[in-house]
Amino acid sequence: MTGTTYSHAPGFVAGDRPQIVTARFEYEDSYTLERAIATDGYAGLRAALSRSATEVHDEVKAATVLGRGGAGFPAGTKWGLTPAGVWPRYLVVNGDESEPGTYKDRLLMERDPHQLIEGCLIACYAAGLSQCFLYIRGEMALAQERVAAALNEAYAAGYVGRNILGSDFSLDIVLHWGAGAYVVGEETALIESLEGNRGMPRLKPPFFPAAIGLYGKPTIVNNVETMANLPWLMRNGSAAYTAIGSATSPGTRMVAVSGHVKRPGVYEIINGTTTFRDLLYGEEFCGGIRDNNELKAFVPGGGSAPWFLPDQLDLPFEGRLIGAAGSMAGSGAVMVMDDTTDIPNAALTLTRFYAHESCGKCTPCREGGTWLMRILDRVVAGQGTQRDLDQLLEVGGTICPGDFPHASSERLGLAAVPFPYKMTTICFVGPSAYTPVHSALTLFRDEFEAKLVKRTFIPVTAVSVSETEAAL
Amino acid sequence: MSRLTEDNVRVAHEIISRYPRPRSATIPLLHLAQQQDGYVTNDAIRHIGELVGATSAEVLGTATFYEMFKFEPVGKYLVNICRTMSCALMGGEELMHHAEHRLGIKAGSTTPDGMFTLEHAECQAACTEAPTLQVNYRYRFRVTPETFDALIDDLAAGRLDSEIPAHGTVARIRQHIPAERGVGAVPPEDATNAPSWMTVAEAPK
Repeated sequence: MTGTTYSHAPGFVAGDRPQIVTARFEYEDSYTLERAIATDGYAGLRAALSRSATEVHDEVKAATVLGRGGAGFPAGTKWGLTPAGVWPRYLVVNGDESEPGTYKDRLLMERDPHQLIEGCLIACYAAGLSQCFLYIRGEMALAQERVAAALNEAYAAGYVGRNILGSDFSLDIVLHWGAGAYVVGEETALIESLEGNRGMPRLKPPFFPAAIGLYGKPTIVNNVETMANLPWLMRNGSAAYTAIGSATSPGTRMVAVSGHVKRPGVYEIINGTTTFRDLLYGEEFCGGIRDNNELKAFVPGGGSAPWFLPDQLDLPFEGRLIGAAGSMAGSGAVMVMDDTTDIPNAALTLTRFYAHESCGKCTPCREGGTWLMRILDRVVAGQGTQRDLDQLLEVGGTICPGDFPHASSERLGLAAVPFPYKMTTICFVGPSAYTPVHSALTLFRDEFEAKLVKRTFIPVTAVSVSETEAAL
Repeated sequence: MSRLTEDNVRVAHEIISRYPRPRSATIPLLHLAQQQDGYVTNDAIRHIGELVGATSAEVLGTATFYEMFKFEPVGKYLVNICRTMSCALMGGEELMHHAEHRLGIKAGSTTPDGMFTLEHAECQAACTEAPTLQVNYRYRFRVTPETFDALIDDLAAGRLDSEIPAHGTVARIRQHIPAERGVGAVPPEDATNAPSWMTVAEAPK
């Protein structure tokens, strides 16, 4: 296999491809200010400060930098959604990465915190955001240490704080860290958590963060990887950025491929054109399924995404195409299952995750997710009945009424139902508990049926009470 | 049962000063309390409420939402073994089974000598390196029964003390904003003007 791995960056695999956010990963000291400066660090910030805020904002809009957190909304457009004339405005950077299968933000924070800081500065300059909060997942001790050290270096060197690089641009970046809650990755829950509360999502409308966010003020919430794209973009311009990738998904993106492949890893791929077949079988990527087994199914975009079959291998990693095929590109995480996989059990590991992580605010998720987990647990343990399988779909229907997205299958004669779904909950945790159940049941129902208990009825003997008493 | 020490109160005030509203410091201060005592005590909850201007019920309400906060003593080493999909596909459950045997406890409990607490964890964001575990939030990748046993031996013998602090300490490096460089946090009510570098007036929408 041709990709390069580094012992100092476990999981990351470099290749002969454009590197927008991982260029520094090859250096063991990539997280230091010294290395950053020696490799164009903060040059993007200088380029931005030499232009007006509006010009920088327009450049980001022209590049169509899609949000890398899951929803894929263009960052430049998002920054423009704040109500005119309302100040202060805040930036909250979402580093609470915990979607099953996903990790790229952790690597970007551990390996290149200065790139992230630089990206935050550019975003705040362009959108007029007066304070930045970098929210890092609580369990990521090393990422917190690296970002804290980098911030301390950057403050001392004049890149962050008052009158940055001698300009009238002043900004504090505050490192904030969580304490273990998946749902806090949802932007309104992130804001609740940052205000010191339980991390429960807010109802949208009216609480769209761009209008009513942190402390009720306009707030932009962006993902770590989205921010990490900005320094390169400012150094090289939007034309160079859109020259990479497809028209609708420009640039590169980080994708983690895990599970039953020969070389699981995090790859920076060309956005929009790299296919799943490239990713799973390409020599510079995963190099095929482990032990040369057959591919059974894969999750294309993090634990919340409906599953794909080998039928979908030739789809490129492009949000709209994946959506039309019945799933979502999500947070860039592919989980691969080979033909040895016990599908109901695999679905249970995900449903259990979402049931566990439900914040409890919406009843369909709090109760429904737990029901799904318990019923599935029973089926996996070999104690389920046909009624249980129907009940799984019935409970799922209360979280997501109507047609639920799924992939097409030639074997089953199924046509794709496109993303997204309808939902009765505020956020995506509830539907995500149902997603693996629905995918697995729709695509592999026979495996569930094989696990059902074989009921043998014990005939009731017609013996009257008086006869029994007489016998005694 | 203890309140924050004088040194930690100083750290707490520094943390609070970075936020436009003090209550935003609640989670960082809960971590500080846990770092001091190994778990979050009732007194610490009251003290944090005083520091951020919240009732102890509000602080407790926040604290109990988050899994990292413990309200009774746990082992010196908290061992979290991931069981979400990628790790499960690569043997996470078998690893937990081995760990329970090795430590002689079930997941969710602590060894009688107070050294190890074993817990199931959900996705640890290292899925390509499955199965994974964290000891006091320090990663171990592609863990086998043999490397697990070696890890436990090393921890018990104190050979990893320099890498892995006792439970409660997460990051060992703190952000420090020098007074002469910091902009300073302003309550949102007092910062209603456009920032100085936004020179072009916004056209009303």
